[in-house]
Amino acid sequence: MQRIGVFVCWCGSNIAATVDVEKVSQVLAQEPGVVFSTNYQYMCSQAGQEMIQESIHKYNLTGVVICSCSPRMHEATFRKTCEKAGLNGHMVEIANIREQCSWIHKDKDVGTEKAVVLGRAAIAKVHLNAPLTAGQSPVKKRALVIGGGIAGIQTALDIADAGFDVDIVEKQPTIGGKMTQIDKTFPTLDCAACILTPKMVDAAQNEKIHIYSYAEVESVKGFVGNFNVTIKKKARYVDETKCTGCGLCTEKCPQKKVPNAFNLGLDNRRAIYIPFAQAVPKVATIDADYCTMLKSGKCGVCSKVCTAGAIDYKQKDELIEQEYGAIVVATGFNPIKLDKYDEFAYSQSPDVVTSLEFERLMNAAGPTGGTLLRPSDGTHPHTIVFVQCVGSRCDDGRGKSYCSKICCMYTAKHAMLCREKYPDTDVYVFYIDVRTPGKNFDEFYRRAVEEYGVHYVKGMVGKVVPQDGKLKVQASDLLGDRQLHIDADMVVLAAAIEPDETARPLATKLTASMDTNDFFTEAHPKLRPVESPTAGIFLSGACQGPKDIPETVAQASAAAAKVIGLLCKDSLTCNPCTAQPDELMCNGCSSCEKVCPYGAITYADKEFRGPNRTTLIRRMAQVNPAVCQGCGACTVACPSGAMDLKGFSNKQIMAEVDAICR
Amino acid sequence: MAKLTYSYFPGCTLKTKGKDLDKYGRLAAQALDFELEELADWQCCGAVYPMAKDEIATRLSSVRALASAKAQSRELVTLCSACHHVIKRVNLDVQNDDEICQKVNRYLKLDTPYAGETNVLHYLEVLRDRVGFDNLKAKVVRPLTGMKIGAYYGCLLLRPGKEMGFDNPENPTIIEDFIRAIGAEPVIYARRNECCGGYCTLENKAYAQKQVDAIMDNAKAQGAEMLVTACPLCMYNLKNNAADGLEVKYFTELLAEALGVKENAE
Repeated sequence: MQRIGVFVCWCGSNIAATVDVEKVSQVLAQEPGVVFSTNYQYMCSQAGQEMIQESIHKYNLTGVVICSCSPRMHEATFRKTCEKAGLNGHMVEIANIREQCSWIHKDKDVGTEKAVVLGRAAIAKVHLNAPLTAGQSPVKKRALVIGGGIAGIQTALDIADAGFDVDIVEKQPTIGGKMTQIDKTFPTLDCAACILTPKMVDAAQNEKIHIYSYAEVESVKGFVGNFNVTIKKKARYVDETKCTGCGLCTEKCPQKKVPNAFNLGLDNRRAIYIPFAQAVPKVATIDADYCTMLKSGKCGVCSKVCTAGAIDYKQKDELIEQEYGAIVVATGFNPIKLDKYDEFAYSQSPDVVTSLEFERLMNAAGPTGGTLLRPSDGTHPHTIVFVQCVGSRCDDGRGKSYCSKICCMYTAKHAMLCREKYPDTDVYVFYIDVRTPGKNFDEFYRRAVEEYGVHYVKGMVGKVVPQDGKLKVQASDLLGDRQLHIDADMVVLAAAIEPDETARPLATKLTASMDTNDFFTEAHPKLRPVESPTAGIFLSGACQGPKDIPETVAQASAAAAKVIGLLCKDSLTCNPCTAQPDELMCNGCSSCEKVCPYGAITYADKEFRGPNRTTLIRRMAQVNPAVCQGCGACTVACPSGAMDLKGFSNKQIMAEVDAICR
Repeated sequence: MAKLTYSYFPGCTLKTKGKDLDKYGRLAAQALDFELEELADWQCCGAVYPMAKDEIATRLSSVRALASAKAQSRELVTLCSACHHVIKRVNLDVQNDDEICQKVNRYLKLDTPYAGETNVLHYLEVLRDRVGFDNLKAKVVRPLTGMKIGAYYGCLLLRPGKEMGFDNPENPTIIEDFIRAIGAEPVIYARRNECCGGYCTLENKAYAQKQVDAIMDNAKAQGAEMLVTACPLCMYNLKNNAADGLEVKYFTELLAEALGVKENAE
């Protein structure tokens, strides 16, 4: 029989206001095995902890039940407390009478009754608890960064600076991400390429960083400290080690009509291409969808002109296996597709462009060499209408309910740049609200309005009609209480941003959680913003939510700091609550192996003694405790009830249920 | 599965100027295996939805139609955009406005009071939500391959958006999806949900002409070769007020054609 102590916490008035803590401790004192029961204002405080330790000694306690807040909050605290008093930490049970009781009830009688029931369940469980000891698992001192945009680059540079090896996996042929496509950056208007490309070169030249470009994560196994990742390097049909990036092939390739993805299809490139002049690695890639050699076997021009002999039409996708201690997700964002917003005539007129396309049209390395020209006829636009919140803050189900956060600022930037470069243009910005929280952001927006004379109109554009070479814009001016009709030459749509489409499948591979918008969820929205709830997975940049560049870089460095903190350790304490099969009940059916998300279960033949001195060989499940994360999926899947979870055994759970139903 | 039967409210225009809309709609329904049973005692819907809350008399005929569909426990299907607009909104009035509900029931003295129980569907909604555009596509025998057709929505089916609940009023897709289902290529153009001029044509023809020309020019510029509509008044304006217009057909005519039953019309 256990000797159990019950400690009921008031949590100030958090619990005590809706639960009669005195009554709870009195009632629970009557439970079998309870030798001591008390209550205290703040059980987690120094004084509260000392009281628990004294009681353990005084009453020779073998089990402790703490009725307090969620175990997520203070289970670790109380386990440590008890361990200091010589009691195994796993002999402590928490009854959550705050989040699951006092915070959700108003009636004190109801709250008290429920707190008693929850306490009883915890007592029933402690009776069956056994001391558990955690093992140690080693930490692989190498990090993986998925995504090579500014977020991934910054994270990788910081981790490498601390002396650890980092691999970047980037699905595009070059690292750099969205920032490579941007012209200028707010609020300082410095050139995006000038601040980004040196970082790209740093990453490429850093001995500790290895870049897998044109590659994707194929599968992820293992757990914090010991991830086993398979990376698929897609065939680019060019030998990276031989290509010098001279670009001759990209000039000679006869297939000239390939939409240039880097310029968002505003111009064409060849079937063999280097995305842009400062690409890292500066290696050509063949676009298999357009290459005539790969499609029909007739051409081979690039191979003939390549003096380095780097072209390899027979190249195949390559799988690389690597072990990592930590993984950083930096998969970034994309503007949404605008097919649900035909009222803005995006599909009807080439002069209606997205803001990212507008960046390319303003960029010196863009399709127009930095001169702003209408895509339809190459003339200079005189009236430009910017529409904000296209698909953001949307309440009709067509777009995103959230604010995309960056659009107000980049639209102010676009409007300002237009007026500065082309003072003869009339620039209108239609907005719901202008949101400029950020250092020097509001000053920047006010400059656009006050110094640059941009017409900011509160209201939305209802319709854009392409007519006679113009774009007839119908809009409402809410402050002026009137309808506006503007004959525009160009319309620029600030499309909402959404997570990259690779994020959802990646989250599944990583068993990392996401919200309904496919942004990765952080472990705590305020206090653990760069960690995923899945141990060893960290978040960097816009994969976690819309972010501008300074915020992205800040988060990228924060994620790196967390990774460094992890990789500094030589070993990690394992979770002792792992699965364990009952050898006598296991029939080797493989059900548990199939459901295990961590690959912790294997099978082995084992000898048993049969009747009449015979030997039986039976196939048995075996759990690798270093890999098992204690999720419990196998215990539910096992048809014979052989699989049990230490610390959460079927018996313990049933005892809790029985206590609740008593 | 038993054949689905709907109560059907054709409306006055479909018996006079808009016979094609009605005729081909009925033929296509047969081919698609649902039945439109014309209400026995229907009267004019009222033609224009009464904006004044205290105007009860002009709502009564719509309520009669709704109540007789209820008596047969059927959904009420309409084809004419104007009738659909009026009946659907009067039904919402009865559902949501106690005063209107009480007053119409006092006038009508029905055996059982009507409180908005009937579900009102436009023929296009039957195609989308009951038949399904995929099933429709499977039943097409003469796909209108290669035809570039612009959908002309007009106002009455779409607005007010929340009340009509028909499609997104700014960027509707139902007729485009229909056009795709019958094998043709939809052409999206900006003015597809702008007003055709409506009844203004009686008083200010020049205004209606201006509206229709803008619509036609826009549709032509985007590459449309033909327009389809569900509204007899839009049809009138598009046909008679365009300086140099595209051909305009009722969507039911193209539907019957694609289903191979157009010739069955006598």
